Amino acid sequence: MVTRDRVPVGAHYGWRDWLVQRVTAVIMAAYTVLVLFLLLWFGGLDRAAWQGAFGNEVFRIVTFVFMLALLWHAWIGVRNITMDYVKPTALRIPVQALIAAVMIGYVGWTLRVLWP
Amino acid sequence: MAVIERPVAKPRPIYLNLLRIRQPVPAIVSVLHRISGALLFLVGIPFILWLAQHALGSEQGWEATRSALGHPLVKLVLLALAWAYLHHLLAGIRHVVQDLHIGMQLKSARASAASVLVVSLLVTLGVAIRLW
Repeated sequence: MVTRDRVPVGAHYGWRDWLVQRVTAVIMAAYTVLVLFLLLWFGGLDRAAWQGAFGNEVFRIVTFVFMLALLWHAWIGVRNITMDYVKPTALRIPVQALIAAVMIGYVGWTLRVLWP
Repeated sequence: MAVIERPVAKPRPIYLNLLRIRQPVPAIVSVLHRISGALLFLVGIPFILWLAQHALGSEQGWEATRSALGHPLVKLVLLALAWAYLHHLLAGIRHVVQDLHIGMQLKSARASAASVLVVSLLVTLGVAIRLW
């Protein structure tokens, strides 16, 4: 364990993030296949068909799970980018806080789109 | 806590001019994985939420979104996002496959990296043809 290198604005130490990144990726890949299938099934952009899909509670919940997986995945990725390029802690804290706030905003926006 | 003795690094020549290093294909795929991810976060998520919000609202909203998607600039954004999604997805699949210790040899790692590059660009080309 390299305890002395731990920084509060770093990653989680251990393999949790590594695993989360892969599990969320698999969820998103599965959702991608589902949406591609729907696109083929509906024959493209047909309003009634997509209204129907998003009117289905199960599809809305599945879409919400996709968005949560996407945001968790993006958080880990973007945080890693800040760890590489934003070195001073005094700058990294506000940058990461801003990104986290934007992510939470996206959760709210998603809820608004799915359950208007 | 035990103090870890680290081997003293050998002095090596430092040559880090990014414009002059010839990167191996897996490195290019790796950099593009990061760039495409950043693009998907910065542009992709708000774009798709905005699109869904307008398209799923009223009938006029659906029509307005359809005509907005016909705008050449919007098409370009859509195309860039399509490439980013494809590259990120394929590079990600390559990552997970390598996590399973498949394709770890230099030769196969280079071949899979090249296929990620080529396939994502080819499918993007297909998307471009479909868009225009």
